[in-house]
Amino acid sequence: MSTLAEEIKKPKTINSADRPNANALEHEAIYIIREVAAQFEKPVLLFSGGKDSITLVRLAQKAFWPAKIPFPLMHIDTGHNFPETIEFRDKLVEELGVELIVRNVQDSIDQGKVVEETGKYASRNMLQTTTLLDAIEEFKFDACIGGARRDEEKARAKERIFSVRDDFGQWDEKNQRPELFDMLNGQIEMGQNVRVFPISNWTELDVWSYIQKENIEIPSIYFAHKRNTFLRDGLIWSAEDGVVFRAEDEKVEERIVRFRTVGDMSCTAAVESHADTIDKVVSEIRESKISERGARIDDKRSEAAMEKRKQQGYF
Amino acid sequence: MEVLKIATAGSVDDGKSTLIGRLLYDTKSLTDDKLEAIERTSKQKGYDYLDFSLATDGLVAEREQGITIDVAHIYFSTATKSYIIADTPGHVEYTRNMVTGASTSQAAIILIDARKGVIEQTNRHFFINNLLRVKDVIVAINKMDLVGFSEDAYNDIKADFEELMGKRDYQDQKITFIPVSALKGDNVVNRSQNMDWYKGQTLLEHLEELDLQDIYNVGTPRFPVQYVIRPKTEEFHDFRGFAGKVYGGELSVGDEVVVLPSMTRSKIKAIYFYNKEYQTAPRRSSVTITLEDEVNVSRGDMLVKVGDLPIIDKQLTATVSWMDSNQLTIGGKYVLQHGVNKALAKVDAIEHKIHPDYSGIEENVSSLNMNDIAKVRLKLNKPIFYDRFKEHRTNGSFIIIDSRTNHTAGVGFIE
Repeated sequence: MSTLAEEIKKPKTINSADRPNANALEHEAIYIIREVAAQFEKPVLLFSGGKDSITLVRLAQKAFWPAKIPFPLMHIDTGHNFPETIEFRDKLVEELGVELIVRNVQDSIDQGKVVEETGKYASRNMLQTTTLLDAIEEFKFDACIGGARRDEEKARAKERIFSVRDDFGQWDEKNQRPELFDMLNGQIEMGQNVRVFPISNWTELDVWSYIQKENIEIPSIYFAHKRNTFLRDGLIWSAEDGVVFRAEDEKVEERIVRFRTVGDMSCTAAVESHADTIDKVVSEIRESKISERGARIDDKRSEAAMEKRKQQGYF
Repeated sequence: MEVLKIATAGSVDDGKSTLIGRLLYDTKSLTDDKLEAIERTSKQKGYDYLDFSLATDGLVAEREQGITIDVAHIYFSTATKSYIIADTPGHVEYTRNMVTGASTSQAAIILIDARKGVIEQTNRHFFINNLLRVKDVIVAINKMDLVGFSEDAYNDIKADFEELMGKRDYQDQKITFIPVSALKGDNVVNRSQNMDWYKGQTLLEHLEELDLQDIYNVGTPRFPVQYVIRPKTEEFHDFRGFAGKVYGGELSVGDEVVVLPSMTRSKIKAIYFYNKEYQTAPRRSSVTITLEDEVNVSRGDMLVKVGDLPIIDKQLTATVSWMDSNQLTIGGKYVLQHGVNKALAKVDAIEHKIHPDYSGIEENVSSLNMNDIAKVRLKLNKPIFYDRFKEHRTNGSFIIIDSRTNHTAGVGFIE
């Protein structure tokens, strides 16, 4: 597997095929990322360490090569990350030579801005929003690039590529700007910012196929591994690291699992899987009968869970 | 994998969401958890069938009112193609969403309720898809189960629609009629057992056979420069690359080009996609181009082939679709965004308003309201480099931004 650093240093070669690939989604995403760099003063790429944001980083590299990515990455750290993703993040940033900004949900809690949830389903997922909005204000970011996709969830299916947020980070879903042809309107007022979604039109399978084709390195938790787990509501939860609340009657068992989506540990369940290579993961996704967010408890809170979070400034 | 973008248009209750749901269901694109959610909610609401619209209506207000308000994007794929469906609302007041959906689509499905036949809405949907020069239009005559799968009913509606076709401006548009029942699944993915008289393709069969090469407009290459890449590293000390997307035709190393607006001539030295060099940049590829000569190029400039110049002018006439709650008025000043280029624009005149049901035009109009379509003359503060929309879908269109609100207030198709 070639790392990003090797890719960067690789000498340019005349390709045997005389034209670049015809992956329309990739060309569209690169176009969008370049529009961000051109239209905004202070863009940032929101990096979670998950496969979608790793894909975004590769696309950003492609958009500006041989120059470096002309904006920093920012991680809103819930403090409940899988340790593997943090290790991975730090290595990647070092290889790319880009700036990484980390802002912690723990600090927002310590400052009394948000209150930690309690109970069986306690999660820091909602709390991230406050930390994110504070960081946007602190750095005066006018565009935040994110890896959300329209196929993930039905409120996201209505999202624009350039999605304007007001001073309070709110999404006004009934009053969105129309997006015509390829033209992206990034004009905003002071205090507003734009959330940008370059892989809006990709599906989960498109992302995985891309990772496979491009040989992109991803954190190990995406591949099948042994893990101490317990069952709740038909979902498999990690019993390691003590982040997920476990009742005494919820029995710990070792299972072979992998994660299909990597969010905050407290709201991301594992799936049973023996897919330990990228090829096996791609065929597993192809055959899958459950959607990606089927393992995200944060969406199960209500039919409109995502829409409500987005109105409040969530990604 | 090839990606085909499709827009749907239909009146309220024509069964658009059901048709999309049926496409997803019969191509096995709905995952178990999504299907369960639809079953659960359908049951809660007391329906005795599965309400597929629940899969697409993503906003609370939509589910409350049982209508589609905003464009939703739905994804599915077969062995040959990936599909993106823009599900656009059918009410009159949401014309702007239909225009939006059609602008990014290469094919459109217009739904007609077999019991109601061609109605005013149908005219409007057809007009908009014709105005936007969507290449392939499928007229899906739905709810055939409610008219006894009658061939006569189908033929009557087809004849009515063909009458509309005589009035269309874009005569080369390909139009296909398919009788379907989205609810029962006839002729959507699977062939109908109830309509032996129909010998044509099912909806999915038709979509599968569309040739994407053919469906994109072919024209002369246009390369609007998005961003100038200057790495300023030791290894790439003198590198000055022009990043952008190729529209219309393709560009190759060695091509003689003109830089607009400076009219400077040069030659393409290299074409990069990421860290590799290529001989040719095909249509719709996002590449980086370097030139043989030290030429001053910045964002908004355009590279075109020598001998293939677009129109370079400070005035233009366009069909404008107005999308904002603030009116467009004669003398009004706006920002015009043409691709990645911007200019200031002043409304010189509104020549006439066009009734989007093909019923005629209205003259002596002094302002435009949301959802109005009109022929408008604009004066710009500097020349832009455009083609007629007829010849170049991308380089012949622009958006109008209201600088007081920064909203995208309208879209124009240049004459």
